[in-house]
Amino acid sequence: MIDLKTLTIEKAHQALKSGEYSCRDLAQAYLDVIKEKNQDINAYIEIFDDALLQADKAQEKFTNGTATLLTGIPFAMKDNILIEGKKASNGSKYLEKYTAVYDSTVTKILKKEGAVFIGRTNMDDAAMGSSTQTSYYGPTKNPCDTERVPGGSSGGSAAAVAADMALVALGSETCGSIREPAAFCGLVGLKPTYGAVSRHGLIAMGNSLDQIAPITKNVRDAELIFETIAQYDPADSTSRPQEKRVIKKGNAKRIGIPWHLFEEGVDPFVLDNFKQSVEKLKSAGYDIVDIGLPFSKYSLAVYYIIMPAEVSTNLSRFDGIRYGYSDQNATNLLEVYKRSRGIGFGKEVRRRVLLGTYILSHGYYDAYYNKAIQVREKITQELTKAFETVDLIATPTAPTPAFKLGEKMNDPVAMYLMDIFSAPANLSGVPSIAVPSGTTATGLPLSIQFMAPHFAEATLFEIGKKFETI
Amino acid sequence: MTIDDVNKLATLARIDMSDAEKQEFLGNMESILKYIGQIQEVSTEVLERKVGDVYNVLREDENPTESGKYTEKILAEAPETQDGYFKVKQIL
Repeated sequence: MIDLKTLTIEKAHQALKSGEYSCRDLAQAYLDVIKEKNQDINAYIEIFDDALLQADKAQEKFTNGTATLLTGIPFAMKDNILIEGKKASNGSKYLEKYTAVYDSTVTKILKKEGAVFIGRTNMDDAAMGSSTQTSYYGPTKNPCDTERVPGGSSGGSAAAVAADMALVALGSETCGSIREPAAFCGLVGLKPTYGAVSRHGLIAMGNSLDQIAPITKNVRDAELIFETIAQYDPADSTSRPQEKRVIKKGNAKRIGIPWHLFEEGVDPFVLDNFKQSVEKLKSAGYDIVDIGLPFSKYSLAVYYIIMPAEVSTNLSRFDGIRYGYSDQNATNLLEVYKRSRGIGFGKEVRRRVLLGTYILSHGYYDAYYNKAIQVREKITQELTKAFETVDLIATPTAPTPAFKLGEKMNDPVAMYLMDIFSAPANLSGVPSIAVPSGTTATGLPLSIQFMAPHFAEATLFEIGKKFETI
Repeated sequence: MTIDDVNKLATLARIDMSDAEKQEFLGNMESILKYIGQIQEVSTEVLERKVGDVYNVLREDENPTESGKYTEKILAEAPETQDGYFKVKQIL
């Protein structure tokens, strides 16, 4: 019996190497849990029928001596990351029957390492949501409390790891979609520097924001996966060439805290817990400084202009002609567009496409989009400036713990506010990590997030690992 | 914003929506626009956008994929095809 609860990548690797168990045994252990729990939790949309065959192939690497740390490691993959020959539905009706015709770059990298893809995980429809409730395949439940949401949009990936239905998972983040579900499920979630991980083969949402990254049980696992997938890729024009990555090493001493950002709208449990975390960091020898980030206050408003603008542009590719849902009852081309999109897109997707269309329309473009671009620049400048005096910035990851299923579905703004502390990192492109920081009195996970300068992921892993021990 | 504006947006976005949903969207827009409208408070000085180092992000145009290599796979996703092309409904 493998103890999945405490299993890490390095522990699994040791056991696979010493022959304590095989790659097939490990994959089977997760498949057994899936069989027992997935029907209730709904973390996976599909379990791949070749998971055990992938494991057997990985085993060969141990036999012939080419195994690496990720060989045989069971991964859950978010449903928007392409794996050739597998369905990738993006959590939507629109792509329900779509089969990927090529591998995403991260898939290619992980296949080369011999990672085992267990299945594709549930997510908000087209990654638009903060609770996995907008998925066409029904909501995912939070394994820590099945009456609550797992967060989103990578909620299926987080739930899969939290319920031991995969050792680790990949998710994607446009604004908080990795960190917030990690926070709600008591896990570690990374948002890498924009340009660190290739997005080739990730179904696009907001191109100036999207990143792929791991959701794991501990910081070390996230570090190992990040170090493997953070490679320059000529197929993604926003991927940063290796020689242009000014990789910053760890050794952080000063942590800035923008206290003024949490004056209102933050759950008292969350705030108390955050204050305790800050005290712990102080006792561990870090200098804590109060910093002001006046423009970051507008981050989420800026995000809800830039993202829908990019969404409405991006989703124009879904036209009912080349792939995806197509309404064949339509009699002319215009009707094909309108009906395929009207039926194929979920409600939140329709809402955001219309909002984006409005924002980019004549007469409103300057007031919203151009203004938002300017404020985004201000936010980036102010973070860059803050990092001249502090090594890290800390905030709570989400303003509340996991909320109940069904909540906030009729109040879009209340749902959008879940990502209030996520937005500065996505808009400015700096990396950020969410790390568990304890629980509420009723056992709901809480989380602290750290931000660091561009390409200073090493600093995040260092503080994260330190924080896990204090 | 009025219901006529919503109708226009739905047409521009090429999305069929029910009247009930359009009404609901109109209601949502009030709170969303109020929230995102906050950015109007930010000082409107003209910002010079700093561009990072500029470099070519395009790969060399060499070693093209063999013509037709993926055609079958890609067309298999389309609802209607003919002679290796996507087929569309009447345009006019």
